Amino acid sequence: MSISRADVLKIAELAKLHFSDEELVAFTAQFQRILDYVEQLKQVNIEGIEPTSHVSLAQGFERFIFREDEVKPSLPVEESLANAPDPGEGHFRVPKVL
Amino acid sequence: MNLTCAFEIGEAVNHKKVSAVEVAESALARIEAVDSALRAFITVERERVLARAGEVDRRVASGESGMPLAGVPVAVKDNICTRNLRTTCGSRILESYIPPYSATAIERLERAGAVVIGKANCDEFAMGSSTENSAFQVTRNPYDLGRVAGGSSGGSAVAVASGMATLALGSETGGSVRQPASFCSVLGLKPTYGRISRYGLVAFASSLDNIGPIATNPRDMALLLSVIAGRDEHDSTSAPVPVPEYTAQVGMSVRGMRLGIPKEYFGEGLDPEVRSIIEAALSNAKSLGCELKEVSLPHTAYAIADYYIIAPAEASSNLARYDAVRYGFRVPDPQDLSEMYKRSRSIGFGAEVKRRIMIGTYALSSGYYEAYYGRAMRVRTLIKRDFEKAFETVDALLTPVSPTPAFKIGEKVDDPLAMYLSDIYTVTANLAGIPALSLPCGFAAEGLPVGLQIIGNQFQEGTVLRFAEAYFRGFPVTSPKLKV
Repeated sequence: MSISRADVLKIAELAKLHFSDEELVAFTAQFQRILDYVEQLKQVNIEGIEPTSHVSLAQGFERFIFREDEVKPSLPVEESLANAPDPGEGHFRVPKVL
Repeated sequence: MNLTCAFEIGEAVNHKKVSAVEVAESALARIEAVDSALRAFITVERERVLARAGEVDRRVASGESGMPLAGVPVAVKDNICTRNLRTTCGSRILESYIPPYSATAIERLERAGAVVIGKANCDEFAMGSSTENSAFQVTRNPYDLGRVAGGSSGGSAVAVASGMATLALGSETGGSVRQPASFCSVLGLKPTYGRISRYGLVAFASSLDNIGPIATNPRDMALLLSVIAGRDEHDSTSAPVPVPEYTAQVGMSVRGMRLGIPKEYFGEGLDPEVRSIIEAALSNAKSLGCELKEVSLPHTAYAIADYYIIAPAEASSNLARYDAVRYGFRVPDPQDLSEMYKRSRSIGFGAEVKRRIMIGTYALSSGYYEAYYGRAMRVRTLIKRDFEKAFETVDALLTPVSPTPAFKIGEKVDDPLAMYLSDIYTVTANLAGIPALSLPCGFAAEGLPVGLQIIGNQFQEGTVLRFAEAYFRGFPVTSPKLKV
């Protein structure tokens, strides 16, 4: 699979990342090498093989184990906001959306 | 004071032969003396460490029992949350993040009397194999300051290897504890997936991530594992499997233990010197009374390619949370929401993290999902089955940890693929979810450490540690002098 500059720009938009023109050139080349390397997976015969998304599921657990849905104490508002870049009036402030 | 054995420190502090504060002062003095050369720590808060050690001494004085790690200094990789102690993940985006809670593994360590001595350097978000991807500093190998510590848990491995901490926690997504342990001549364990709670371990690739302990000897490793392992209601993937008495298991005989030697781990690309050291280790294993037989894990060659679809795919999803809203770096005065996301993430993340987010986004994007991620999950099934088949006839597998000893700083930074290939023998255990240990077994001619990998079946950490202890006692490794 050959990857173009336009492909990289499209993926960057999906990933909410920005690259300078210079970064794009180097990045496109590295991206291509990595994709060429993973192409080898196409040599593997996967017909009839079930996917493994998660090993726990194969360890004899029927499903992930969830706790009972009971209300428990949670972080106080001040602590929840302590790491926020722009807290205000008990909320997280962001640039105007509409 | 000698800081190499956690068992001894715990006993001495519990019997009031030495105080936890004195132990902490020794560790802090060692950090003061050598860390400017090694750069293993991102954060060390001296007053906090001494206050925590003082609390341990008060608990001992009040007669509290059940503190096997009383006063033991532990280095913690900086992607494991510590309440009110900065946790950066080696990233600018979390440069000033102060977690409001501690990881379950940290809670359990502190309950057992351990003292967190500092936060250890790592590749940004644990993405790397050399600790060169940290946004803050490059950690150096104590056996050759011009060489890498390995990674991503390089700071944790160096802290223990150089006597700045007795134990450490690292994390593993694809070899990130075992490879630096091998490069620095300490023990590093990747446990069975679900053995140790991931609560408070900053997520990279959730189906592969594990917290991994580091120690200087198998008994300490068994003790540390027994303290932090077990079910945790805060992690739905932590396993409801009882935690055995690992410390009792380590002393048992290995006579008649069946060890498989997977031929695919001894092929092209294995450094000849590493090969001869590992082959010598195999004959040592035989002389301990173990039965060796060749086995085959035919899908090994596809493991790196498989890993570099699955791990970035999960990472691209996990790292979407860095949106500059609730925590983390935000650019000043963004024009709108979209610009805030893009510019904050582009400045906050380093090159390797962005590369993996991009690969993962691509692999999951519409039209490519089945061809990349769907196929990779099926190949993962085949890699896992290879191990299941091997464990029908053997108790554990022996392999090299890494194809070469520690490489030079800067040698692979411009070639991501070459860097990825240094994990070729370790990522398989993460994909299969099984335990594997790196055990020091020799030194190459330039004085660089080489590790032997012992891979066990699911939840068979006890078997792995039992072999490690027998080998450790039977064939002690003589280390060259550290360069610090």
